[in-house]
Amino acid sequence: MQFIQDFPSLLIDTFFDILPIVLIIFGFQYLVIRKQVKDLKKVLIGMLYVLIGITFFLLGLEQALFPIGRSMAEQLTDPAFLQTVRITVGDLQWQDYYWVYIFAFAIGAGTTIAEPALIAVAMKANEVSGGAISVWGLRIAVAIGVAFGLALGSYRIVVGVPMHYFIITGYVIVVIQTFFSPKLIVPLAYDSGGVTTSTVTVPLVAALGLGLAETVPGRSPLIDGFGLIAFASLCPIISVMAYAQLSELKDRRALKKMVKQDDFYANKTGGNDSDE
Amino acid sequence: MKHSLHLFVNSLLSSMRDLLPIVLVIAFFQIVVLQQSPEHLLQTFVGLLFVVLGLTFFILGLEQGLFPIGESMAHAFANKGSAFWLLTFAFALGFGTTIAEPSLIAVAEEASEVAATAGLIELDEQAMERYADGLRLTVALSVGFAIALGVLRILLNWSIQYIIMIGYVMVIVMTGFAPDEIIGIAYDSGGVTTSTITVPLVTALGIGLASSISGRNPMLDGFGLIAFASLFPIIFVLGYGMIF
Repeated sequence: MQFIQDFPSLLIDTFFDILPIVLIIFGFQYLVIRKQVKDLKKVLIGMLYVLIGITFFLLGLEQALFPIGRSMAEQLTDPAFLQTVRITVGDLQWQDYYWVYIFAFAIGAGTTIAEPALIAVAMKANEVSGGAISVWGLRIAVAIGVAFGLALGSYRIVVGVPMHYFIITGYVIVVIQTFFSPKLIVPLAYDSGGVTTSTVTVPLVAALGLGLAETVPGRSPLIDGFGLIAFASLCPIISVMAYAQLSELKDRRALKKMVKQDDFYANKTGGNDSDE
Repeated sequence: MKHSLHLFVNSLLSSMRDLLPIVLVIAFFQIVVLQQSPEHLLQTFVGLLFVVLGLTFFILGLEQGLFPIGESMAHAFANKGSAFWLLTFAFALGFGTTIAEPSLIAVAEEASEVAATAGLIELDEQAMERYADGLRLTVALSVGFAIALGVLRILLNWSIQYIIMIGYVMVIVMTGFAPDEIIGIAYDSGGVTTSTITVPLVTALGIGLASSISGRNPMLDGFGLIAFASLFPIIFVLGYGMIF
């Protein structure tokens, strides 16, 4: 339990990471706005909670998840392992990396569900939309986007297609979807691209990208190791808009059905106001 | 007191549920695919406990500290009516939270290695450090600019999709001119800038502004700041790569 002793020093590090933000907030509060903060004590305790929370969170991840996640990424991309699970003959083909894609998908979804920044945005979206957007609905939609993005990004590293083709295609899809999505979801969908990749996802994803780029023949870790994060921030935009489009479609169908039923009852009772 | 304990326990339980998927994924791959018995079981268990505790405290602090202060400042700025100070605050918030961001520091160092190996800059410590520092500054400036522009958008009621689309077009055009080595880093830099503390604060700021200015819809106008903060770094870093 060596690492519990690291707690104080990590707490101090985190404190200095947060310090600039706190200084900016209180600097503007007292120098520009010049008003007392309402419930100052409560806010300060809240910030202390955030500090303690992030420290525990990072220390725990560092101990429990990152070492296993990294070593798993290395093992899954190891040619020796790939030889034992391959499905083609001759040189390794892109299909032989199927466990890598499944791992990328699963770990992308898993880490996104635990991502604190996404929980924060989902809570706000639920509040602002008056409950129309459910916290879990949004989180699952984003998680599916990240999962799909990481699987696609891993595939790209294996086959070696330049990443900007994928990204530009993604942009085109986003632009088209923007015109057909319910208007209210668009800004939230754009935002969900940025919130997915922070504390939990980035370190695990970086290990996966680097592991792949090091072991796939002809890839350079320095050039091909990057790019997974970009996929993980683009795909959720698409999946969140798709989620909104699907729920709108469902609502519309339900509405149609309701209208039909209304007509039916109206006809049956003869109480409709048509001018027969 | 009893109420807050109840709140804490509830929050603890939901943190456990949040963490369950990762644990299941890792256990499945470890046992079924790689067929290894997990090592350091006790350490892993304590680590997971820490993650659950950390998430719980973070969420509690979010509701008590970050969200209220973000929104109350947004209301105060809106009442004050000084666009200058509001934009300065937005820029400072973006710049200040990004310049010290640990994942950005890591990415900037790796990027300087890429640039040195590719021969874009000289392969010595000093040149690489200068490159990494320049990159960090570029990204921090771009996030400051992005948040300020996002706030300006809320004030002037511009619609978000056109700005995002102009941004996309700029990214696509600049990709054609930037050196190949920088492209991956530039695209990734959009994702690493938005940290766990920045996101709730910036979201609260946007929603607070949109709900205190009349004629704005919090859903339509309150969101979008983070989208800018993840798009503009791509453009600025591509530009940085073209200049060097």
